[in-house]
Amino acid sequence: MRASELVAFALTALREHKLRSVLSMLGIAIGVAAVVLLTSVGEGARGFVAAQFSQFGTNLMQVTPGRLETAGIPGMLGGSTRKLTFEDAEALRRVRGVRRVVPTIVGQGAVQAAGRSRDVYVLATTSEAPEAWRLSVRRGVFLAGSDPTRSGSGAVLGPKLARELFGDGDAYGAWVRIAGARLRVVGIMESKGEMLAFDLDDVAYVDLATGMRIFDTDELSEIDVEFDPGVGSEAVVAGVSRVLRERHGREDFTVTTQAAMLETFDAVLRAVTTGVAAIGGISLLVGAIGVLTILWIAVGERTHEIGLLRALGATRTTILWLFLAESAVLAGLGGAAGLALGYGAAGALQLAVPALPLQASPGFAAAGLAVSVLTGLVAGAAPARRAARLDPIEALRAE
Amino acid sequence: MIRLVDVWRSYSLGGQELHALAGVTEDVLDGEHVAVMGPSGSGKSTLLNVIGLLDRPTRGRYELDGREVSDLDDAELSRVRRDRVGHVFQAYHLVARLDAQRNVELPMLFAGVPRAERHERARAALAEVGLAKRSGHRPSELSGGERQRVAIARATVLRPTVILADEPTGNLDRAAGQQVLELLERLNHGGTTLMVVTHDLDVARRARRVLILEDGRVVNRLAGHELKSLAEALAAKRVEP
Repeated sequence: MRASELVAFALTALREHKLRSVLSMLGIAIGVAAVVLLTSVGEGARGFVAAQFSQFGTNLMQVTPGRLETAGIPGMLGGSTRKLTFEDAEALRRVRGVRRVVPTIVGQGAVQAAGRSRDVYVLATTSEAPEAWRLSVRRGVFLAGSDPTRSGSGAVLGPKLARELFGDGDAYGAWVRIAGARLRVVGIMESKGEMLAFDLDDVAYVDLATGMRIFDTDELSEIDVEFDPGVGSEAVVAGVSRVLRERHGREDFTVTTQAAMLETFDAVLRAVTTGVAAIGGISLLVGAIGVLTILWIAVGERTHEIGLLRALGATRTTILWLFLAESAVLAGLGGAAGLALGYGAAGALQLAVPALPLQASPGFAAAGLAVSVLTGLVAGAAPARRAARLDPIEALRAE
Repeated sequence: MIRLVDVWRSYSLGGQELHALAGVTEDVLDGEHVAVMGPSGSGKSTLLNVIGLLDRPTRGRYELDGREVSDLDDAELSRVRRDRVGHVFQAYHLVARLDAQRNVELPMLFAGVPRAERHERARAALAEVGLAKRSGHRPSELSGGERQRVAIARATVLRPTVILADEPTGNLDRAAGQQVLELLERLNHGGTTLMVVTHDLDVARRARRVLILEDGRVVNRLAGHELKSLAEALAAKRVEP
């Protein structure tokens, strides 16, 4: 018998018990829908993280104090052994392939203006930061002309911070007090959005020397290095490491490329996605047990029919395939319904929570259907085998 | 031609061996019309099942059209059963969810006949049994006689050499039974071997030959017109090869 004929025959049997068939399809449908929905969330998260990182460009690397492999979190929990300094940053400029070097101190402080105060992150950096981080200035300039070694009097505000402090009023040119230092707003940034819950629009930028003064430190939080993509990240990482090793006498820093960071996040999220898909798969397993049960009952009910088909010339193999086709069709239809349900639920969820990153790739549909049919075949194997092994005469005698 | 040589069919039940067939040796010629009679449990249905390749002899030889068939594997046995033998059952045995047309198509489905040809041949087979207009009806929408005619159409659609009918009129009223018998005899006149298991003397008398079975053995053979009663045929017990 051809596959199309097996399917057509299976459909006649499934139609005979519509409610029962629909209920067992539902088991598979819920399983597939769960897998689709959960995987969409996982994939969405992966895509979201990738987008978050790539918004800063992929030819960027970050140098942080301390060895990531040895202990702690660099700069925070005792991972650091020797500080990164402005001189370290300047020394990196001579590495081949380095395009820009952005030394940065990250701190937190109150920004006060117009009778209002707001606690935000304060990034002390240099005028090269916008190019390296792909930020744009909406109005004014980004710390232009400031000397990193001499404290200036300018500050740049993120658009949200400016709005929160000045409302509809003009922040540009206004005086603000950042962590006690009186500074003039020389620029307002274009909106950049968030990066992994860090609101880039709600920050203040000051020049490096001012940062050192207000945070009372000469230690950099990080040095960002933008490199020429033509040179290749590995060569630049080697060059940067070599220069810093020479300066520090040992490797007490960590160089992380944007691509490596992205890869790590990607691997973690891929594992999470697989995990949640596996949880969805448990529902699919329950559905498969439903199909097995229904088919087992069907073989019992249709023993007489099996005997008749054998009398009419069906081989054991044909009987086996007839029941396998039935379970595959049952599970396949359930899978198709599950896909519709899963995509529908994902769509509805997206409408309800637009910020939620969801990504249902078309490949899921094909995989979902294939897994459903395979589930059906596996679930149907035992009942089909039972049907195929029935003795034709005994089967014909069954009522 | 059907040739059975010392055919036994034994079952083990509670440690005891029971012989449903106990050394049956019989030739049924091509185109013959043979009735099989005997008391309940005499082995009539087992004989039909063995001849119809639904069952295998425990020992002995069975040749169908000159070929030993008792030791064929399942696939080959199914193929021979499908192509050479047509089964007609007392209870019709139609698939309830399929209409008459699709019931008749079943053997062709297993034989791999293409769809269009299947439709065409099923329609023709139904027309032959006078049911051309009932092809779209399900068994529940047909009378007993009509159902049995659908079963005959199904049994003959692949042009088998043998038709085995187990009490084909057992569930039918006289008129419907007459119609079914005429149909089977028409096929027999066309050259198909017909073997009918029956309790009905009138049905048996229409056969050219009647085999009387008792305890798994053929105990009497007589011409259809010689049959007066089963009791008399059993009492006579004149077995000749």
